Amino acid sequence: MDTDSFDSLPEVLQELYINMQDDLYDGLKDEVADATTEALEQWGQTPGQILQRGLVAGMDIVGQDFRDGILFVPEVLLAAKAMKGAMEILRPLLTDAKDVQRQGTVVIGTVKGDIHDIGKNLVGMMLEGAGFEVINLGINVDAEQFLAALREYNADILGMSALLTTTMPYMRTVIQRLNEEGMREQTVVLVGGAPLTEAFAEDIGADRYCEDAAVAVEAAKVFMEMKKRDS
Amino acid sequence: MTDRLLDLLQRKGLLLGDGAMGTMLQRAGLTDGGSPELWNVDHADAVRAIYQGYADAGSDIITTNTFGGTRYRLKLHHLQGRVFELNQAGAALAREVAGDERLVAGSMGPTGELMEPLGPLTIAEAAAAFAEQVAGLAAGGADFLLVETMSSLDEVQAAVEGARQASTLPVVVTMTFDTNYRTMMGVTPAQAVQTLHSWGVTVIGANCGNGPAEIERIMWEMAQARPEGAVLMAQSNAGLPRWHEGEISYDGTPEVMAGYAQRMRALGVQVIGACCGSTPEHLAAMRRALDGPPLMGYEPAFAADASAPQSAPAGDGAARRAARRAQRTAE
Repeated sequence: MDTDSFDSLPEVLQELYINMQDDLYDGLKDEVADATTEALEQWGQTPGQILQRGLVAGMDIVGQDFRDGILFVPEVLLAAKAMKGAMEILRPLLTDAKDVQRQGTVVIGTVKGDIHDIGKNLVGMMLEGAGFEVINLGINVDAEQFLAALREYNADILGMSALLTTTMPYMRTVIQRLNEEGMREQTVVLVGGAPLTEAFAEDIGADRYCEDAAVAVEAAKVFMEMKKRDS
Repeated sequence: MTDRLLDLLQRKGLLLGDGAMGTMLQRAGLTDGGSPELWNVDHADAVRAIYQGYADAGSDIITTNTFGGTRYRLKLHHLQGRVFELNQAGAALAREVAGDERLVAGSMGPTGELMEPLGPLTIAEAAAAFAEQVAGLAAGGADFLLVETMSSLDEVQAAVEGARQASTLPVVVTMTFDTNYRTMMGVTPAQAVQTLHSWGVTVIGANCGNGPAEIERIMWEMAQARPEGAVLMAQSNAGLPRWHEGEISYDGTPEVMAGYAQRMRALGVQVIGACCGSTPEHLAAMRRALDGPPLMGYEPAFAADASAPQSAPAGDGAARRAARRAQRTAE
């Protein structure tokens, strides 16, 4: 968030945003939606401003407290739902808004043979909260489905999840397919799931092992910055 | 119905559970994405052999191969129409191996769905699914029900309700505290033991997670908070999964697990078993350890500073939010 411009906002509007962040933190869907409408209609805030000053800033705090063991999955899910409610109001306006910069596009899924989706969905929602476009392919996703989605959406990042020691090796297969298709260079590969380790991620040639959803969001942001700097 | 679990506990004082099913089935050839529960019918010999391995190792409890036996898990394999059959078969095989000396624990794992308001599943719907599973387990001859690897108290409540709708079998509950000594959903060991006991569950504990050191801390916390009359149970993974030269193995040796069993006994845990990565070899080592003399002068290393709060203090907004929340409630 651009602090200078936030500080120069009228005090009442600042308060509106801070309350919006707090309500988001508390998972109060209706309150967040009301504040979003108020910011749009009474304060003439653009969808991009509301996204950054209210929603993304609020989800940032949620992410930090989740990482620090203050919040747990239920609170994060409720906050993400509240954010989603506000996004339903903003999305129709966002499509032609020029002030919105998408962080990047992420394709995520749980790998073939594995049917666990709670953790992966949490990562997806947190990434959306951070301003990424997320293509969630669901569970039991094979290499060709991952590749097709990466191409279709011209995605920057691939996020793979596995909760079983028997399914995690499939991540290597997907990375091999990326190599074969010449897509590895332009795709950042993030992996996560309970049985994974950093050594495993390194061994299969992933870019980063993410131990939880907050780390995944951080990593995705860092890689997008590197990518923007390089281009 | 008599509570065979409590009877045996009273007689023996301490019971040895068994070990992993999933990782053993994988060794026997279960492939990625296959349904373990289908093996109760299609590969009954393999399942029976795993049960027998634990019986021979000295386990007092044989846990059925029915962890994913609710319609929600079986649906992922298009087997949702065979809930009763697959659970009954898993329990009947275990009964065959267990005979009269050992107990059969009917394993009940999570549905994998999120409960309301986080997700779509209501407690009534989940309870109905668990009841359907329990009917099969009871028909197959389970002595008690083992609700395990749970992270949400709402889902545990559904499992307990479902169990009571479909049978009179005693219900045992172990949860998985793999997130900073809490469950994924934020439940603490103290909260678990107190809440579950208030629901009439007697045997309560922890399973799976991140290895014996983590479980030791969790069971210590549970022991501190244990209400009068509650019995503690622990089933740790055999260490942590390690990736080495393209193979995954758990790093807890039988010796490590024997030490873990000893420390559990020292903490007052009365039902001690193992989870992922363990084998009959691990259980045999635990049996020998528990048949030997107890540990002398055991003092958990973390006990000295463990009274400190687990979580970091909440960020800047915490006080502000608390004040607004209080105001909202007042309104």
